[in-house]
Amino acid sequence: MTNKELNWVIGGPQGSGVDTAANIFGRACGYGGYNLFGKREYHSNIKGLHSYFHFRISEDPVGANVNDVDLLAAFDAETVVRHAQDVAANGGVILEKEDLGTKFSEIKTLPVEFLADLHKKLENRGIGETVGDLMENAQERNIQVYPVPFLDLLKEVADELAIEKLSRMIRMKNVLAVGISFSLLNYNVDLVEKAIRTVFGEKHRIADMNVLALRKAYSYARQTFGDNFRHTLERLELDEEKVFLLGYQAAALGKILGGCRLQTYYPITPAADESEYLEAHEIFALKKGNGAVLVIQTEDEIAAINMASGAALTGVRAATATSGPGFSLMVEGLSWAGNNEVPVVITYYQRGAPSTGLPTRHGQDDLRFTIHAGHGEFPRIVLASGDIKECFFDAANAFNYAEKYQMPVIHLIDKALANSTQSLPFFDLSKFKIERGNIVKYRDAQQGEYKRFKFTDSGVSPRAFLGTEGTTMWYTGDEHDETGHISEEPSNRNMMMEKRMKKLETAHIEIPLEEKLSLFGQKGAENVVVSWGSPKGAILEAMRMLQTEGFDIEFMQARMINPLPTERIEESLSRARTKITVEMNYSGQLANIVTEKTGVFMDYYILKYNGRPMTTTELHKALREAIRGEAPKRQVLNFGA
Amino acid sequence: MAHKVSRLRTPVFVDWCPGCGNFGIYTALQMAIAELQLQPHEAVIVSGIGCSGKTPHFTYTNGIHTLHGRTLPFAAGIKIANPGLEVIATGGDGDGLGIGAGHFVNAGRRNLDMTYIIHDNAVYGLTKGQASPTLKLGRQTKSLPKPNLNSAINPIALALVAGYTFIARAYAYDVKHMKDMIIQAVKHKGMAFINVQQPCPTYNNINTKGWYEKRVYKLEETSWDPIVKSPDQELEKTANALEKSREWDNKLPLGVFYKNELIPTYEERISTRIPFYRETPPTRQEISNTAGKPTVVVEKWFKELKV
Repeated sequence: MTNKELNWVIGGPQGSGVDTAANIFGRACGYGGYNLFGKREYHSNIKGLHSYFHFRISEDPVGANVNDVDLLAAFDAETVVRHAQDVAANGGVILEKEDLGTKFSEIKTLPVEFLADLHKKLENRGIGETVGDLMENAQERNIQVYPVPFLDLLKEVADELAIEKLSRMIRMKNVLAVGISFSLLNYNVDLVEKAIRTVFGEKHRIADMNVLALRKAYSYARQTFGDNFRHTLERLELDEEKVFLLGYQAAALGKILGGCRLQTYYPITPAADESEYLEAHEIFALKKGNGAVLVIQTEDEIAAINMASGAALTGVRAATATSGPGFSLMVEGLSWAGNNEVPVVITYYQRGAPSTGLPTRHGQDDLRFTIHAGHGEFPRIVLASGDIKECFFDAANAFNYAEKYQMPVIHLIDKALANSTQSLPFFDLSKFKIERGNIVKYRDAQQGEYKRFKFTDSGVSPRAFLGTEGTTMWYTGDEHDETGHISEEPSNRNMMMEKRMKKLETAHIEIPLEEKLSLFGQKGAENVVVSWGSPKGAILEAMRMLQTEGFDIEFMQARMINPLPTERIEESLSRARTKITVEMNYSGQLANIVTEKTGVFMDYYILKYNGRPMTTTELHKALREAIRGEAPKRQVLNFGA
Repeated sequence: MAHKVSRLRTPVFVDWCPGCGNFGIYTALQMAIAELQLQPHEAVIVSGIGCSGKTPHFTYTNGIHTLHGRTLPFAAGIKIANPGLEVIATGGDGDGLGIGAGHFVNAGRRNLDMTYIIHDNAVYGLTKGQASPTLKLGRQTKSLPKPNLNSAINPIALALVAGYTFIARAYAYDVKHMKDMIIQAVKHKGMAFINVQQPCPTYNNINTKGWYEKRVYKLEETSWDPIVKSPDQELEKTANALEKSREWDNKLPLGVFYKNELIPTYEERISTRIPFYRETPPTRQEISNTAGKPTVVVEKWFKELKV
């Protein structure tokens, strides 16, 4: 059967080329006209521990993963053990032939608790102790098993290339796995070669070696397995050009578009990817000449936030990017920026917390933290992107908000988006504009003394940059008067607090609803789902499934969470029969903020905090049970390896 | 505009204790700014927290009163974004060598073309006299309940090993000499550090005016030569300065300990990667046209990412 959709997982020890293989696989499918969504999972480790990439490819646009796997390509025994259970009937498993004899207890990287659990499960089902036993059982479930002598194939490639040391080529196992996969799928091998050549770019020799390996694997599988696999992929008509983007790349490019010309950072997972990508693209073409974004690696996150704030005072659009532990260190600097009305942007890549938590895994644990971080009360805008396209536009818009309302903007991106990849149509940039707010470009003596913190009706003061002729200004973390000098006078204190907080009201009134809240489905629906961030993709898909099943649903995705568009949210919730929140944290942080602001309580909490993104499969089931009134108030989802 | 020190005073009341060494420091700073003919909008004084942190409010140039210990990151952000600004960072000894010690060391690694002045009185004044990182081991200034258990940092030595390329010491009550040090520091190409020995008449009853005045002498009045003129002199001059920095108990040298303009500044290092950085630093880049359309051409990236 030719597939409308296919789920492919590739896994192996970290450092074995899983990412490159996935990149090649995805591109090859993209060249064939398919839509893609892929997520990367990895341990906090450099080499050796299990990592994998799940690609979902489809004729229709996709924005989330599902539970089922159609084809699993395993570099090692651990990948087989961890993922075989997810392979669906009619699916297949490609594995190293020698691994069939491997006992589970010989896989040293498997955690003790995982092994104990596995033994119990397999014992109950009467399955033996080896990978081979597991595969025998898979065959009984109608799954095809494809043992491949990877090392022999590599040896053949090495002989053809006259390379003596096989160890230098061991990473090419990944391209062999890709080749076997596409051969089983009977897919156009030239498209795969094109993908390899794109991925290796200028490294022509390496590209040649990989292409040779690809063709070797492809014909090996044709000869050995023929058309025995039940899924095939055909080349589709390309209806439009697409980009293949990771979340952090989208955010980095959005920043450049939005005018960011200085970024500071201290290395942290998963935020550092963005800064490195920016640094690699530091010089870029302008309509006339070239522009540049300076990327400064600082000594710590305290320096990162304060250096970015310092830069912002000179009129540069400046940002920093970090994750939970780094943001914790930035908090005092955030309070200074709030008090001094500094338009600094913080891109916050969320990961599992508290403390070091799950440093390479997904989580939405930090919403409340970003809204409340910093001593004292001061305005800040908090944005949360729900998909990769939003990562791009929110990153650009963040600077507009920061400068127009002169306050820090925190842009939340989930790890599940940062490390996920999606094929998307070219973005329409025609509507995006840079808006810098009220800026003083020059001042002469007749205009009187410049006051950086002048009281105004909107709370926003005309802003001059450090170095603007005719202006002198002072900034201080102390409470200050209009000129920026320290003041502890009670009346000034009241007016200054009110001025600062007024800006948040101004922002709330001025920013259009569609930039704050994305609405899907039917207004006035009986069932209302509230969420934020990365669950969006799974929610949209599950919602479509439920709609075809006859359920009436509205989904409200909060994209700006501070200030929260409370009125519109309340309007739908107060009329709904079933109110559901979907979040990737323990307590339902958004739901509780909504309750705090509207007095409306959610009926159901669908939560997940095991570090793995929500899949459409599990969410669809959970939502259906909630809507039917068959679910407990709290459902905690747990899918994922 | 005529450059008179009196015009560099703001109307803000100077609330330091009578006899505070800060009076000498801010006077020397203002005299230096006047002599360097810096307009108020061309210079930025950045400070931390504590008595010295208020210096910018008393001075009629741009002033940024930042967080405790974070003077240097703010100053660096300003300087990197707009290298045309003259950035002078000032802060206390606790600010720069205690809570901000990490930034002190890392500023040396960058060698930005700016100046950092530490007001060193060996105590935390504004919190009522606790021991600062420069108070010697076993000393008990008058508000300490017990003698100090920590050894002191030697700021000159730390600056040397961290990579500062201009290192000097001044004395708060020798205003004219300190003004000369500040002017030299500002004119120096690279990261300049001046440690100012400053009596705290309220809390430091050990290192008093009398204590200092018995000990201070000027390096420039001896045969001392702090300047590294070729790379092969670097080690020797560093070692000499390190040794000189240990003089304390009987004799206390003032003046320039070390000066090396052979090390590339951070601005020069950036320019090797972004050749137009000097002419078009981040503050000079046009990010949009008058209609608000971004100036950047995005299509090229999309091509790179195309499938």
